[in-house]
Amino acid sequence: MIPARFDYVRPGSVAEACQALASDEDAKVLAGGQSLLPLLRLRLAYPSTLVDVGRLPELKGVHDRGDHVFIGAMTTHDEVVRSPVVRDGCPLVALAAATVADRAIRHRGTFGGSLAHADPAGDLPAVVLALDGVLVARSEEGERDIPAADFFVDYLESSLAPGEILAGVKLPKLGAGWGFHYEKFHRTAQAWAIVGVAVALKRSNGAIAEARIGLTNMGPTPVRARAAEAALRGVELGDQVRQACEGAAEGTSPPSDLHAQPDYRRHLAQVLTHRAVRAASGSP
Amino acid sequence: MTVEQEIGRPRRRKEDARLLTGRTRWTDNLSRAGMLHVMFLRSPMAHARITRVDVSGARELPGVVAAFSGQDFAAEQGSLPCAWPVSEDIVIPDHPPMAVSEVRYVGEAVACVVATDRYRAADALEAIDVEYDPLPAVLDMTEALMDGSPKVHEAGNRAFHVKIESGDVKAAFRDAPVVIDRTYVQQRLIPSAMEPRAVLADTDGDSFTMWSATQIPHILRVMLAVVTGIPEHKIRVIAPDVGGGFGSKLQVTAEEVLCLLLARKLGRPVKWTESRSEGNLTVHHGRDQIQHIRLAADADGRLRGLQVDLLADMGAYLMLVTPGIPMLGASMFNGIYKMDAYEFGCTGVFTTKMPTDAYRGAGRPEATFAIERVMDELAAELRMDPVEVRRRNWIRHDEFPYTTISGLTYDSGNYEAATDRALALFGYDKLRAEQADRRDRGDPVQLGIGVSTYTEMCGLAPSRMLGEARYAAGGWEHASVRMLPTGKVEVVTGTSPHGQGHVTAWSQIVADALGVPFEDVTVLHGDTAIAHKGMDTYGSRSLAVGAIAVVKACDKVREKARKLAAHLLECSPDDLEFEGGAFQVRGTDQRRTIQELAYASFTAHDVPDGVEARLDSDATFDPENYSFPHGTHLCAAEVDTETGMVRIRSYVAVDDVGTVVNPLIVEGQVHGGIAQGIAQALFEEAVYDAEGNLLTTTMADYLLPSAADLPDFQLDRTESPATSNPLGVKGVGETGTIASTPAVVNAVVDALRPRGIHDIQMPCTPERVWRSLEGERR
Ligand SMILES: Cc1cc2nc3c(=O)[nH]c(=O)nc-3n(C[C@H](O)[C@H](O)[C@H](O)COP(=O)(O)OP(=O)(O)OC[C@H]3O[C@@H](n4cnc5c(N)ncnc54)[C@H](O)[C@@H]3O)c2cc1C
Repeated sequence: MIPARFDYVRPGSVAEACQALASDEDAKVLAGGQSLLPLLRLRLAYPSTLVDVGRLPELKGVHDRGDHVFIGAMTTHDEVVRSPVVRDGCPLVALAAATVADRAIRHRGTFGGSLAHADPAGDLPAVVLALDGVLVARSEEGERDIPAADFFVDYLESSLAPGEILAGVKLPKLGAGWGFHYEKFHRTAQAWAIVGVAVALKRSNGAIAEARIGLTNMGPTPVRARAAEAALRGVELGDQVRQACEGAAEGTSPPSDLHAQPDYRRHLAQVLTHRAVRAASGSP
Repeated sequence: MTVEQEIGRPRRRKEDARLLTGRTRWTDNLSRAGMLHVMFLRSPMAHARITRVDVSGARELPGVVAAFSGQDFAAEQGSLPCAWPVSEDIVIPDHPPMAVSEVRYVGEAVACVVATDRYRAADALEAIDVEYDPLPAVLDMTEALMDGSPKVHEAGNRAFHVKIESGDVKAAFRDAPVVIDRTYVQQRLIPSAMEPRAVLADTDGDSFTMWSATQIPHILRVMLAVVTGIPEHKIRVIAPDVGGGFGSKLQVTAEEVLCLLLARKLGRPVKWTESRSEGNLTVHHGRDQIQHIRLAADADGRLRGLQVDLLADMGAYLMLVTPGIPMLGASMFNGIYKMDAYEFGCTGVFTTKMPTDAYRGAGRPEATFAIERVMDELAAELRMDPVEVRRRNWIRHDEFPYTTISGLTYDSGNYEAATDRALALFGYDKLRAEQADRRDRGDPVQLGIGVSTYTEMCGLAPSRMLGEARYAAGGWEHASVRMLPTGKVEVVTGTSPHGQGHVTAWSQIVADALGVPFEDVTVLHGDTAIAHKGMDTYGSRSLAVGAIAVVKACDKVREKARKLAAHLLECSPDDLEFEGGAFQVRGTDQRRTIQELAYASFTAHDVPDGVEARLDSDATFDPENYSFPHGTHLCAAEVDTETGMVRIRSYVAVDDVGTVVNPLIVEGQVHGGIAQGIAQALFEEAVYDAEGNLLTTTMADYLLPSAADLPDFQLDRTESPATSNPLGVKGVGETGTIASTPAVVNAVVDALRPRGIHDIQMPCTPERVWRSLEGERR
């Protein structure tokens, strides 16, 4: 369709961008545009102004900060996938980002845009939640850290305050002994996840020492599969893993749409969690 | 000089360099001085009386030149045509291009805005006020036919009923050892051409030109004249570059008529281009049938009889060939098989949904699906191999020409050869062994093998047969071949390619027929002022009908050239042999090339008395029979019983499309066709909710597969030339779509049959497969 009229500004700095947002409550940040433009074209959103932060160097790039990796919000999915720092420090992010849409969209869509959009069907929110990432917000007042667990509030709603810009994300580096997997279930290669499961898993002596599991599209926000995480603690790698994953959907309220009903999503969450845990643990 | 034969060469397409580098003329790219942009306001209600339309708010907005409601067109808009009244009793309701008093599907146009750009037009749509008085939606075909159902039209919800019987059906079913009784649902599909529809209409005050993304510029011109009353000779229709159609642009659309009327009202050029979401709502849909199938057989698998009873969803109105679509399948349910008796019944039903009409295959995929699915069911019932059941029943190669139980005469084919080749390529026995192994092991991923031995009728069509089927037009095609003074050749074809590569294929055919270089041929099409006569492109007719007209025109050129050559060489025409583009006096080195003769006819200095000074020739070809391509498709599918996910592991297609003019183009058609058929089997479905709102308005909801979702296709061919045309060609545009859907669903069902599953409704989504398994687990 055809978007309604809007103004467009391209600020030269994050500070300027924050100013532009603060001065107009109907202004919206434009990142890669891969989620926002479809909304405009379908006239599902009527922002007064688009504040294009996509090219601000301050918001771009991946940085190795010792105990954590910092990914600038405007780093594209493609840059994330190809970053050696991401691959070494938080490989789960690269694994999941590689499954986003198609190549063209990965070259435009951004890591931060995916998180700020807070779409529970997006692949990266569950990953950042599973990794206990910390989201860094900037505004005219300054900077604040928001733990992932507090960031995703509701469907397409984050805890970013009006006038705040997501600057980047801190992702703790998990050390040796951790394995990772992102299991995405979708009907076509370019379709969104019906359910996705992000797993970070620490092994020790043939057993699971710790599992962190984030679920994509199992509720209005990304969620942790806490029951399965608890059940997996101390479980020996082998046949018991499946049973421990049976609680993967506990406490979730998955959506109903053309691709799946809630009961099917719950079933998928169990099956896919089991698969993801096995893959993350290096089991065939 | 010997010239390499062009027919059979995998020529790269002449069209592609231009198309791929963006030097294209899509309708939406065209611009005219003073051009205005149209946007339509569409009904959000499936069924309602329109009580008020107020466009005055829109008229006041900046950039808006005009805004109209249906009332403003009522006196001049006529009724959109239906050219195929399939029965005596058919109900053809009035179909105003813009709704005036009642809307009958979500998306029906109720008002429009004409503005200086699309954005202003879109803004102004929001300022139009429409009040509706809701009426009950009619969505389910079975309920629609019940007494007391709300009515879509005053005359009721039954559009027509047709019944055809051949042989003694009662006898065939009486005491039959096996009867398979199944109901299949052909889901509603949205033809998703890459280029959305677009229309540009202009006038010089007296006459009109329309550019449209259409498959049918010629038919459209006639119909525009009939609908609007503008004299036919005052209308010129141009189909510029057109990016795919799949039947969806075989239509006379409301938007085309309204743009023409707007150009007349405003005296200015107006353009409309649909958005993808608008297209999903209002491009005519495809399929949507409920098929009740009964097959009677002997204990050894020999077929006795077949009964087919269809409900076909027409949607809210009958469009150009809406009722004819299920009828195109009427003679196809018997497939490639011999049987004693056949009965076909079809009821067309009105619902408050977008009308259905032609979609790649049109009637034949539905029929092929039903017979190929039910043949697998028969095999399962008899514990026979599905290939073996088919072998016992198909027409043997030495039985052609063969008149089937439904009355068609198949001219040529070799089902044995195609099947044997496909089985070998596929590694059938090895896959069966793997399947058995996975079953034994209880592997969570089961393997299924699907077979489809299809034929289809295409090459539409012998005019006489169309007349018998009550179609309003003929099925001939026209061509002109012009020899230019420099020896180059200009071909004018009545076909209207929109991705098929006619320019290339016709060049190859002409190169052989006239002995001229491939590069020296150009092909003009798609403009009623240039190609004045034509029946356009659909139903895999272009090669089997349109190119034959080109061949016939070339024959005439050659005969004229022969006379001229004989005159110039002072011999009898019979002494001349034509080879390598030249006439040579037998046994001498005296010759004239076709180019020399073209020049001689141009100067006309020495042309025999009473002979016209030109080689140019026209021909119209009307086929005597349909063309009947056939083939064997085999699909191996892995079904993950834990998630329900289906993955196609391998796919083999051995097709027999008669003589092949260009193998590259044929393979392209087969690839695209198989992809589209797989899409019906696994991915695509137009879904309406309980209020009649279309839910699949974007591609996030209406899933189209991309290359990443499809397997490698292993293709091969057998070649049984058609006997009904001099090239021996058959159609190939729809074969893949017709063949592949049942092959895939047969594979999915085959994988799950040991679990007691004998059908999964299309598309076989992971959730549907999982639910079937859940049902069986309980
Ligand atoms: C066809 C298609 C398929 C897709 N498939 C997938 C998929 O499979 N998985 C997946 O995860 N994603 C998918 N996406 C979405 C894609 O990943 C987007 O890139 C992403 O969701 C949004 O990122 P963006 O940079 O494009 O953000 P934009 O579209 O520019 O913005 C999205 C929203 O976030 C806000 N925003 C953006 N950046 C900031 C910021 N720094 N601070 C504050 N607010 C901000 C915007 O105001 C807007 O509301 C798909 C998109 C398309 C078009």
